[in-house]
Amino acid sequence: MQQVFTKAMARNIFLGGAVFFLIIYLALSYDTWQQIPQRDHADKMTASVLRGKYLFDTNDCAGCHTVNGEGAYFAPELGNVYKRRGPEFIAAWIKSQPTGVAGRRQMPDFHFKQQQLTDIVAYLQWLSNVDTNHWPPNIQG
Amino acid sequence: MKYSSQAVAKPYFIAALVLFLAQIVFGLIAGLQYLHGTFLFPELPFDVVHMCHTNLLIVWLLMAFMGAAYFIVPEEAQTELFSPKLALITFWVFLVAGGLTVLGYLLVPYSKLAALTGNAFLPTMGRGYLEQPLPTKVGIVLVALSLLLNVSMTLIKGRKTSINLILVGGLWGLALLFLPAFYFSTDTVKASFSWWWIVHGWVEGDWELILGALLGFILIKMTGVDREIVEKWLYIIIAMTLVSGIIGIGHHYYYTGAPAYWIWLGSIFSALEPIPFILLIVFAFKMLLARRREHPNRAAMQWALGTPIMAFLGAGLWGFMITLAPAQYYMHGTNFTAAHGHLAFFGAYAMVSLAIISYAMPILRGRSANSALAQRWEITGFWIMVLSMLGITLALTGAGIVTVVLQRAADNPMGFMDVQDKARVFFWIREGAGVCFFIGLLTYLTSFFIPGEYSYDSETKRALS
Repeated sequence: MQQVFTKAMARNIFLGGAVFFLIIYLALSYDTWQQIPQRDHADKMTASVLRGKYLFDTNDCAGCHTVNGEGAYFAPELGNVYKRRGPEFIAAWIKSQPTGVAGRRQMPDFHFKQQQLTDIVAYLQWLSNVDTNHWPPNIQG
Repeated sequence: MKYSSQAVAKPYFIAALVLFLAQIVFGLIAGLQYLHGTFLFPELPFDVVHMCHTNLLIVWLLMAFMGAAYFIVPEEAQTELFSPKLALITFWVFLVAGGLTVLGYLLVPYSKLAALTGNAFLPTMGRGYLEQPLPTKVGIVLVALSLLLNVSMTLIKGRKTSINLILVGGLWGLALLFLPAFYFSTDTVKASFSWWWIVHGWVEGDWELILGALLGFILIKMTGVDREIVEKWLYIIIAMTLVSGIIGIGHHYYYTGAPAYWIWLGSIFSALEPIPFILLIVFAFKMLLARRREHPNRAAMQWALGTPIMAFLGAGLWGFMITLAPAQYYMHGTNFTAAHGHLAFFGAYAMVSLAIISYAMPILRGRSANSALAQRWEITGFWIMVLSMLGITLALTGAGIVTVVLQRAADNPMGFMDVQDKARVFFWIREGAGVCFFIGLLTYLTSFFIPGEYSYDSETKRALS
């Protein structure tokens, strides 16, 4: 065994395998990169959507919520929340938080202005139209 | 200690353990907030606690990896470290930067922290594990550059063993894979796609190289098995890691906006990802059976053998559970992932860190091994932590099952918060297991304060009487 299969051979399998699959990955990623703008309707990313996304990130929304299943599991999925709740409900809900009900999970008061709420809703609307291969299984997310 | 410059590893290991303790405290708070939503609210919202928990995890693991590198690279290269002074300065920079960042999280609202640190200039904040403000991210790069300079120069001037090549190569990969943290696309789908270069690239790729190198080093030292055999095993294991893991990244791309071909590619290749962990178990136990000496540090051996088993369970088994696309369709974004994340991070990276600390710390303190009493405390801590983490994992798996049954796969799916209420019992079990884990960690840490070193004569006498 020692003579037939040497350390040098093992190292070459490692290096060769790594390079081979890395090249395949880069090629596939390039293709994915070309397809994403159609799949997520990048042309619909208006200035309002981009402002909403910036607010979403800088208030760490994904520190409690998930977006397309990614984030934390403390609060509901937001990828499809626009379809689940609709724009008025979302804006009203954000404004009404925190509820202060003892023991209930709370969302902080972010002091958003009306325009900022509109931007966040615009972002969530854009998110809800991303082609996620039919995920989540149902509207509850 | 063979080379005096290896001593710089000591502050890294101590800091790693202190940060580990802090990480668990935040974990306990977060777990309690699952049960009592107003606990510490609004002073410490869940996202801040969660951020501290995950960021401290990364920082303490990096501390441990760096300490391991400063300990192992000189010994393997058979030469003094290029610049021990640089390593010490880097340590303080990293510790202070890490501490300031956590204070920033705790004291300033996140949006204000972003405004204060120039996030508008180059947006990077708001992604899991990468929540750090821009100055911290720049600091991480500087710390990494300093580490790479130090270990690379040491490697160049010394003996080039495979373990050193894999370890230093792994550290280069770790640093390079962090760079996409500075690219945060305004397109959420692209941002998610590239976020995985860092997260998957680290934990399901590059870090496995570092894990292998650490484990290989410990096993060579403790068993006295021929280096050629150990290093051949290592190359086979890390070859399987990258052969399965590079395209295996596709298991993160099923339902996040990427094309559907990732469903097939990700499922097939990520299904192979447990293989390197199975090989790691076979490797560790083969080396144990082929050992040519009985090392007095039994606690370190316990960690070294426990690591591949727990890593297999967490990364291999729990990872496999959620990796195939039809299963993940229901499990994606549930506590199944949290269960996998906890057991995998602990079993693979926390445990290998504790293994090298267990092996190196007695040596850094001027003894080959701790006293038998200290080792008993350490091994007791080992078992409490391992069993508690299995408890946390099973509880989170239970919570995941509740979500799948009531929310994801139900004919009349329930809403998120209603389902969370139904899963309460599992969140209680998780918190209880978390408290046990904390006790285990305290037990483990106690072992460091028990004085004395292992003495063969007195141990023999005690055993005979």
